[in-house]
Amino acid sequence: MNNTKTAQHISPRLELINISKQYPGCLANDNISLSLMPGEIHALLGENGAGKSTLVKTIYGVVAPDTGQLIWDGKEIEIKSPSTARELGIGMVFQHFSLFETLTVSQNIELCLSKPQLASIGNLAEKIRQLSQEYGLNIDPHRYVHSLSIGERQRVEIMRCLVQSVKLLILDEPTSVLTPQEVSGLFSVLRTLAAEGCSILFISHKLHEVTEICEKATILRGGKVINTCSPAEETSHSIAKMMVGDLAEQEAGYSKKEGTEVRFQIHDLSLSTQHPFGTSLKHINLELKAGEILGIAGVAGNGQDELMAIISGEDSRPVNAHLTMKSQPIGNLKTAIRRQLGMAYVPEERLGRGAVPDMSLTENTLLTHSQGFIKYGLVQWKQLKDYAKQLISDYSVKCHGEFSEAKSLSGGNLQKFIMGREIGQRPDVLICAHPTWGVDVGAALAIHQALLELRDQGAAILLISEDIDELFLLADRMAAVCDGYLSPIVRTQNTNIDQIGQWMAGTFINNQQHDADMLQETTA
Amino acid sequence: MMRIQARTQPSQLMTLVSPLLAIALTLIFGCILFSALDKNPIEALHVLLIAPLSDGYNVGEMLVKMCPLLLCAVGLSLCYRANMWNIGAEGQLLAGALGGSAVALAFGDSTSALALPLTLLAGVASGIAWSAVPTYLKLRFNSNLILTTIMFNYIAFYLLVWAVNGPLRDPDGYGFPESAMFSDQTMLPILVAGTRIHLGILLSLLSAVVAWFILSKTHLGFQVRVFGSDEPAATYAGFSSKKLSWFVMLLAGALAGLAGVCEVTGPIGQLVPNVSPGYGYSAIIVAYLGRLHPLGAIIAAIFLAVLYMGGDLAQIQMNIPTAVVGMFQGVLLFFLLACDFFIRNRLVFTHQATA
Repeated sequence: MNNTKTAQHISPRLELINISKQYPGCLANDNISLSLMPGEIHALLGENGAGKSTLVKTIYGVVAPDTGQLIWDGKEIEIKSPSTARELGIGMVFQHFSLFETLTVSQNIELCLSKPQLASIGNLAEKIRQLSQEYGLNIDPHRYVHSLSIGERQRVEIMRCLVQSVKLLILDEPTSVLTPQEVSGLFSVLRTLAAEGCSILFISHKLHEVTEICEKATILRGGKVINTCSPAEETSHSIAKMMVGDLAEQEAGYSKKEGTEVRFQIHDLSLSTQHPFGTSLKHINLELKAGEILGIAGVAGNGQDELMAIISGEDSRPVNAHLTMKSQPIGNLKTAIRRQLGMAYVPEERLGRGAVPDMSLTENTLLTHSQGFIKYGLVQWKQLKDYAKQLISDYSVKCHGEFSEAKSLSGGNLQKFIMGREIGQRPDVLICAHPTWGVDVGAALAIHQALLELRDQGAAILLISEDIDELFLLADRMAAVCDGYLSPIVRTQNTNIDQIGQWMAGTFINNQQHDADMLQETTA
Repeated sequence: MMRIQARTQPSQLMTLVSPLLAIALTLIFGCILFSALDKNPIEALHVLLIAPLSDGYNVGEMLVKMCPLLLCAVGLSLCYRANMWNIGAEGQLLAGALGGSAVALAFGDSTSALALPLTLLAGVASGIAWSAVPTYLKLRFNSNLILTTIMFNYIAFYLLVWAVNGPLRDPDGYGFPESAMFSDQTMLPILVAGTRIHLGILLSLLSAVVAWFILSKTHLGFQVRVFGSDEPAATYAGFSSKKLSWFVMLLAGALAGLAGVCEVTGPIGQLVPNVSPGYGYSAIIVAYLGRLHPLGAIIAAIFLAVLYMGGDLAQIQMNIPTAVVGMFQGVLLFFLLACDFFIRNRLVFTHQATA
């Protein structure tokens, strides 16, 4: 607390010295050293597969390192399990929350406390209320978790760490599920925590957030520490360069285009969900024009999956004239027929849906691209193989060859391949979900350029993404989904991140309309 | 503490070696079993596995038994590839035998050149009909295919028993539940004089090759493989699960029906209640032993046919009960599934962490 003066000769909270971890066929961490001072917000950056997760799992006691030392408050220690880590005061908020929806906030927190901890706290609900006030978390201990928004749930996870008087808080991509407003709320909580001396290790893909909040950053590439820097002195561009090596050419905004004729249309589509935890679509209206990219923002689980499924025809319920493509109703047509009419589709899940894991890239090309490769019902494997080779080189897919199984490719490379396969069919309408989710910077750049090129050739592209920055970068017009409603659609130049953020939180939803829909749904 | 953990990368080699491993384990089990029965295990295994291949006649008999096993297994391989759990090959085989016999008997002593083709066609059609009903029930009402196909096996069997006791019974047969012998016009030609090697054996080998061709060379076969390997991808690609289900089920029905009619017009020559000693069920083992690959099914079918033959010989020569054959088949499937399980998973021994 009285730190500023003593900070000079204070010892690091945590020091990692030459941590290495070998997995079969991959050296995940290669002699990583890192030190964290009390009160420091430290970013851990790197592309997918750079070794970030392995490193934080080592700190949290999930993974045991092969070699190397961990020094906590000046003493060498061994963290055998997450419970040892928690006893030391290490807390972690995972990307996927681990809360019981049917329990209250305070019951959830109680579950991960040991008996002595509970005894020393006394009245847990009171403690939660007090901490909530102190840090501005705004959590009611008696609310049930299922009634909380994603942002609130994340705060419950942070609260869970606070209750155990945390000294080091690890956050794994905490902002990927939040609206911009929620992100700034989270940041102010983190700043308060840091001011009190808690160290924070922050994993993120979003460079501008890192430059905003972190004092120091460690950049990993291929399991090694490539660089350490002060993000405040760097730009997003220079950090990106460190992450991917010399390749990153930061995208400095692309030209926006105006679409021409309407290619694809959704008229007043309402559809109840088929999954117990799904979202019903409500009065969706949308016009997609040739030569434009229409971006749809939204926090995951607000109806995106349902919308994709009904557009692609995977949800085979007939919706006839609610969907039209090139002025022809397609709502009753099968997926295969929609494809023949010129629709292509890049799904969110790459492995297991966009590509068959156990099949070669040649076979996976045939999955959706059969035109021209079938003669009298026979597959023209030779031509197909040549075409797959072409795709691999055109989109610089890193793999052993066209015979490689899809599951042997990294996520980013498989995505480049799928993208290439769908674009290679010269679609009139391309539906594309989360095209660069979890993809490294280099591959994302290639995917963006492929999308823009397709747009410039006159295709109509519907882009659904959780990454707002990407949408602003690529989309010519934008909208947001929330709770199954689609916001108004605006030109990207005429909006800003603030407005889209509010739409993602549902401010555009007309209350009367909403109540009427709810009533209809319960009576139906 | 023991835990089952999925292997990240199941060995490709082991997947192919697995059937051999299972056979080896079955043989070891056999040795223990025969020792317990006070039979010389080496001699018993010799009679069971080597003797059936020792002379031309025995090889011929073995091929006669291979024919229905292979026809059924090829169809089942395709079904299982497409995740259609068809256990109804036995019923489809019996239906084929019944339908074929009805037509063969209707031709009587006619010398029409159409007699044999129409008889075979009737058998195939009956097999198709027998697989069509459970398929329809599954696709229309989402009924459990395993249950309906098993039920249809019983219906087919009792229908056949009723037929040989009623409309198809030989009027001059002294009341035995058998049909009259078929005329030569409706019998399958013998390919090798002095044996019972008939045309059906050639057809069964041909069916395996054609099925392999369909799977690896045609778009339809590709769709079947995608469907079986990754259903969400098949839906994403827009492959029609209905169309593919019908295709594999009707093909399997046709092949099993052909197997049935080949039995009655080949080695048996009339319709009898015990047309099949459970070929349709054994074919399930053949399909898996052959790694659901039509060409693999050929080797697997030969192996099980040898076992059937060996069982007969063991009973005659060593007084070992034929039930041993069934037991061997069961143990073989058990070991095969166990080997496959351990290729995909491994046991991990964990120490209880001290709390």
